[in-house]
Amino acid sequence: MAVVRYREALNQALREELARDERVFLMGEDIGVFNGAYKVTAGLLEEFGEARVRDTPISENTIVGMGVGAAMTGTRPVVELMTINFSLLAMDQIVNHAAHIRYMFGGQVAVPLVVRMPQGAGHQLGPTHSHSFEALYLHVPGLLVAVPSTPADAKGLLKSAIRDDNPVIFIEHEYLYGQRGDVPDDGDHLVPFGKAAVRREGDDVTIVGISRMALTAARAADALAEQHDVSAEVIDPRTLRPLDLDTILASVRKTNRCVIVEEGWPHGGVGANLAALIQEQAFDWLDAPIGRVTGADVPMPYSKPLEQIAFPHEPQVVDAALATLRDV
Amino acid sequence: MATTPAARRGRSGAAGGPAPLPDPEAAREWLATMQLIRRFEERAGELYAKAKIGGFLHLAIGEEATIVGAARALREHDYLISTYRSHGHAIARGTPPEAVMAELFGKEGGCSRGRGGSMHMFDLDRRFMGGYGIVGGNLPIAAGFGLSAELLRTDDATLCMFGDGASNQGTFGETMNLAALWRLPVVFMVTNNQFGMGTALERHSAVTDLQRKGEGFGVPGVECDGMDVADTYRVIRDALKQAREERRPVLVEAITYRFRGHSMADPEEYRTREQVAEWRKRDPIGLWAARLVEDGVLDEAGVRASDEAAVARVDEAVAFADASPFPAPESLYDDVYVLGDQVRGWYSVDERGPGVHRGEDERERPVEASVREEYDQHAAGPHESGDAPRPADEAQGERNHDGERGG
Repeated sequence: MAVVRYREALNQALREELARDERVFLMGEDIGVFNGAYKVTAGLLEEFGEARVRDTPISENTIVGMGVGAAMTGTRPVVELMTINFSLLAMDQIVNHAAHIRYMFGGQVAVPLVVRMPQGAGHQLGPTHSHSFEALYLHVPGLLVAVPSTPADAKGLLKSAIRDDNPVIFIEHEYLYGQRGDVPDDGDHLVPFGKAAVRREGDDVTIVGISRMALTAARAADALAEQHDVSAEVIDPRTLRPLDLDTILASVRKTNRCVIVEEGWPHGGVGANLAALIQEQAFDWLDAPIGRVTGADVPMPYSKPLEQIAFPHEPQVVDAALATLRDV
Repeated sequence: MATTPAARRGRSGAAGGPAPLPDPEAAREWLATMQLIRRFEERAGELYAKAKIGGFLHLAIGEEATIVGAARALREHDYLISTYRSHGHAIARGTPPEAVMAELFGKEGGCSRGRGGSMHMFDLDRRFMGGYGIVGGNLPIAAGFGLSAELLRTDDATLCMFGDGASNQGTFGETMNLAALWRLPVVFMVTNNQFGMGTALERHSAVTDLQRKGEGFGVPGVECDGMDVADTYRVIRDALKQAREERRPVLVEAITYRFRGHSMADPEEYRTREQVAEWRKRDPIGLWAARLVEDGVLDEAGVRASDEAAVARVDEAVAFADASPFPAPESLYDDVYVLGDQVRGWYSVDERGPGVHRGEDERERPVEASVREEYDQHAAGPHESGDAPRPADEAQGERNHDGERGG
């Protein structure tokens, strides 16, 4: 076990999988000579060479599409997109092709493709570089969607993603790249898809945090315990497809209250979806309406104070949790 | 201008004289395969009119030489990837017509198990890597096949076919650039049938000499006479050799014409009867048959017998497709995912009835009564009363209902 940053954990995962399986290769804009926009791929070109760490032109849809074709014919591509907003340029290849090819061709081929990209606000990158789109990809059957929030999960989930035979949308977070955490050195440190992590156990309210918001939820739980004598259980689903609904339902049946925290937009969001599933499955256990804390329903503004109030922080999560308790 | 049936503009490509005949057996096989595709497409059109086939149906009648000439230039392990107009491509690659017809019928015996339909044929065993419904969507995927060949150090080449309309998509320029930059063994073949759906070439592309559209991206172009199966074969064969051996992608423009509408939903108001008639004089099957007769490879009776065999084979395909069952309702969620040894989790959520459950578990669960009723009603036969009209029925003019306008 060593303490490493999230970006280094991702780098370890890529290095280990490149070394382990020669069918694995990377491609993306400025991932090689430049070492990656966020330095996740630092040093890999030098170690593995130009054939397997490929700098691409700025052609998102075609890069992803080439990944689809390569994945169909015996290799295991890992495509980096510089930010999740740019993945919208590749929506055709991700949705119409990567996600549908296996099904529409009657199961004859698999598409073992990983598309990695960061999302999230907080760096004043304005309305075309700061969004959180996990809900867009969660919507699509055929994709797997990972939203790791810790360095250990970033590494373990990325290794699992590369070894999985399905197309994976692997969503990192710009804020998290610099965060430190314990990461197993073990080359076989895998975190399975479809298994939520209970970050903190509690009895009074369940808080589900997505991506960076899993950390915000954990800090809110600290505040609830220290300032309000409320025991919150914090769950990080880690993957949204597959979703470990069972762990969330078990928690809700224990606490009878639930708040879902995400950075993305409210309409059609992860929380909207999860709230629907929870009320269908655990209606009789709920003592209060399910609470949601989401990003504001606006394009992300540049101006720092405006940007900071456009996505959730601990106080909003604390308030939402307390509101579920007041309803009793 | 490309709206008249010139054989070749002669600007590039193989020089001098008609392409040589292949050995007699191959010459006859090319004819037989073109006839089979023609008869298959004609029958598909009829069955569409009878509502045995749903959705959209894009026929390749008139384009058979582009298909057979190109497919025969491929090695067994080469990849072929095509568009939404690809019944013939699958057949030329060796997919049994039975499996193609069953796919059109939406049956389990279809080459994509009834999940894909007319626009999404696929046959991995024969390296027919699919029909694709998104115009230009197949180009990056083809480059990906080439990239695999590079990384896995095989000498498999890829032939990527697309239409003139696709040359205006962003993926065209992006893929040309990447294929040239990375020296991928891919031949791009633009089947210039003169129309992007109903928009004539000169109305959709500033550069109508399509073979030149790759030059600025580093992909040289050549052309072939897409109505001449031997010329198509020769040019594609040479292009594949260059792609395979020199690792240089090539753009081949095959000049052709489709005798039928873009799809069965096409009233063909964008072209004249006279233009279609002019092109029909260069019917690729008629041209090839005449050449074989002239050269003594086959006599007129032999041409007719070959055609009759094609009709009989299509009869068998229809019988097979009729007999093949529809995919079972329990199989709805099959192949959305590769279910591995990771925690299965909730890959799919089924919400079609009360409660919510795992989509993958549908095979083990009894089908909801209301779902079963819906399924049975539609499995019983096409066009049950109360069915919504298909898009084609609404768009289709009376005059081309069975494709007669062109002929």
